[in-house]
Amino acid sequence: MAKTVAMVGTDAVAEAMRQINPDVVPAYPITPQTAVVEKYAQMVADGIVDSEMINAESEHSAMSAAIGAAAGGARVMTATSSQGLALMWEMLYIASGMRLPVVMANVNRSLSAPINIHCDHSDSMGARDSGWIQLFSENAQETYDNVLQAIRIAEHPDVLTPVMVLLDGFIISHSIDRFDLIDDDVAKAFVGQYTPRNSLLDAANPSCWGAFDGLGGYFFEFKRAQAEGMLKAPAVIREVGKEYAEISGRRYDYFASYRMEDAEFVIVAAGSAAGTIRTAVDIFREKGLRVGLLKLRMFRPFPQQELVEALSHAKAVAVFDRSDTFAGDLGGPIFVETRSAFYEAEKRPQLMNFIYGLGGRDLPMSLVNQAIEMFKDAGSAEQKKRIVYLGLRD
Amino acid sequence: MAIKLKELVRQKELLTGGHRLCAGCGASVAVRQVLHALPENVHAVTCSPTGCLEVSTTIYPYNAWRISFIHSAFENAAATISGVETAYRALKKKGKISEDFRFIVFGGDGGTYDIGFQAFSGLLERGHRAVYVCYNNEAYMNTGIQRSGATQFGAWTTTSPHGDSSAGKGQNRKDLTAIAAAHNIPYVAQAAVHNWRDTITKARKAFQADGPAVLNILAPCHRGWRYPMEQTIEMSKLATQSCIWPLYEVENGTWRLTAKIKEKTPLRDYMKPQGRFAHLFKPGNEGVLDLLQEFVDEQWERLQQQCAE
Amino acid sequence: MRQWTWREHPLGAVIPEAATADHYETGGWRSLRPVLDREKCIDCFFCFIYCPDSSVMVQEDKMTGFKLQHCKGCGICAHECPKEAITMINEAEAKGLETCAADNKDGA
Repeated sequence: MAKTVAMVGTDAVAEAMRQINPDVVPAYPITPQTAVVEKYAQMVADGIVDSEMINAESEHSAMSAAIGAAAGGARVMTATSSQGLALMWEMLYIASGMRLPVVMANVNRSLSAPINIHCDHSDSMGARDSGWIQLFSENAQETYDNVLQAIRIAEHPDVLTPVMVLLDGFIISHSIDRFDLIDDDVAKAFVGQYTPRNSLLDAANPSCWGAFDGLGGYFFEFKRAQAEGMLKAPAVIREVGKEYAEISGRRYDYFASYRMEDAEFVIVAAGSAAGTIRTAVDIFREKGLRVGLLKLRMFRPFPQQELVEALSHAKAVAVFDRSDTFAGDLGGPIFVETRSAFYEAEKRPQLMNFIYGLGGRDLPMSLVNQAIEMFKDAGSAEQKKRIVYLGLRD
Repeated sequence: MAIKLKELVRQKELLTGGHRLCAGCGASVAVRQVLHALPENVHAVTCSPTGCLEVSTTIYPYNAWRISFIHSAFENAAATISGVETAYRALKKKGKISEDFRFIVFGGDGGTYDIGFQAFSGLLERGHRAVYVCYNNEAYMNTGIQRSGATQFGAWTTTSPHGDSSAGKGQNRKDLTAIAAAHNIPYVAQAAVHNWRDTITKARKAFQADGPAVLNILAPCHRGWRYPMEQTIEMSKLATQSCIWPLYEVENGTWRLTAKIKEKTPLRDYMKPQGRFAHLFKPGNEGVLDLLQEFVDEQWERLQQQCAE
Repeated sequence: MRQWTWREHPLGAVIPEAATADHYETGGWRSLRPVLDREKCIDCFFCFIYCPDSSVMVQEDKMTGFKLQHCKGCGICAHECPKEAITMINEAEAKGLETCAADNKDGA
């Protein structure tokens, strides 16, 4: 029987990790992720899990140790946030390039400067092209569910690509939320055993990892092969989601649609903001405006075709971004991807971008309402604006 | 146990020929000596940070290692091997591995003294059972001879050039061996490639240590030091004789000189054959040479005191 | 191997096999070649332990010569030999000797 618990989001990560019981957990504390490693360290200390923890001396070393351990054939998990993820940046590419199925929770937090410990998505967005699969979570339940599924996705032979599970700092990580835990034995059976393709610790077959491509010129081929893992990931993510629904009753896909059937005005958003937006959708629906929400779960790989199909009937789409690209007048990263996805589409809705919540700026209902009022007129003479900083003191 | 070359020649070479280090390279000599100390019937995983050894021994698809090898980046060989060693303990505990493994890092001085210093210290502090070998050629040779924290005072490198306003590197090297010893780990030693018996003895102790061990091995580089390539072993010998690179070990906290110095030779004898010090023999730079000699004398005095029984 | 397409390389650029460099020839770098005078050799194996290229061949406890496929001709062995049993000769000269030997063989 599933068990309903009331815990903070970092506990949701730790609980999933407890059930997975990875071989090695290298980590370094950083706000707001710290509670994950603290909780897990306690589980190790209490003998609840038999993982070996490495208290690395930095996030760079934590990811380096994760790579070493994964190349040694171990199932490896870690967690980080913000500057920690930024410090790992170099190693993220090496984990994905070596096709190591490391799973990492990233508790989304803004990047300095100025220093700020609260939520936005600029940390994980900075890693969007690092070859990691990225799955957003709306709440503790989704965080827990995503972590369990991430193992299966990462280790799938067609994929063999690391996965980053994203949860909003403080909003999810430090809020007590009610969610359901799958039974331990069911969860364990779902994630199964990990059998590595190659291992440094295969005594009979010594192997060489991280060789130099200085002279032969195979780098291009490796990167194309790496892209294949990402190309095959969506089918696996969908399949794993279906299988997970069977044991949990909760269905996961590339994105979740809310009141989208006849929606003319659609908000695309990722992370915890979806809850507030859903309520706003209901309110506007009552007023007779056909609004819907498309909650993006899978940001990498980006589900461009499916997204275009889902949005094809919309008159206007508002993309909510919790980070900026600082690329001139280009907008936030989800907006950039969405806009690009529509390039070949026959029918293109008006697109607006709302950049919100940087550095943990709250997203109250009033701001969502304000955004809906604005983008329902998108493209009209009154509303020519494409990119709006929502909630900015202007 | 006395080491006999007659016995070592029967061992399998764990670093094959066909790697692409320079002719006369001291690094592969250091690696081979250390690997000849690996106990028989023991497997090993080695890790190298980015550097000469790494790029030259693993040019895809050619791999010069008979043991498993991993390179991930420059500053993190110690962290990477920490992960491998931990995976080993985790998988052994779960019964998924039965063989006996050792873990080795072969890092240059750049990857150890400088950019890899934090990870190096982390490995030692956490107590992973790994042997960290620094093949020390006193500069960043892979990128073309740039100064490192191991470069000697006064030495020419491309980033510590000499000119009208400079007489080469303006700072003394840091004492990495002593820093390693300050981690209070089971075994730390300073070695040099010419004294193979000493190096292999130390490597054997390092492999036996129940915890981290560090070997800082002087491995001359003729490209960077500017001497004829056949003299790599000769340079190593001269360094030791001049006491700029004394051979010693710190075993469970006890400091001991491992090679007797019959007669300490003037530093000039060691420096004269090397192009990297040539400018110090020109008029006006005598003071630099004297300063380096003073530094070496002081260090040697201190070491002798530390090693006094 | 050089013609492999992206589908054929091992995943993650792992070289799944040890010691593949053993098949790679670096002997072509040589301008000088070590030549052993077996008469003078005392099998001290200093050349073996100081060779950067694992190129000193030993059979049945006897130093038998050099693996020319790998030897880069650095001359460390000759320099360190206590009995001057190794001399470095010019590679062109050595090749000439080889050709002569081959010619002689053909003629025999």
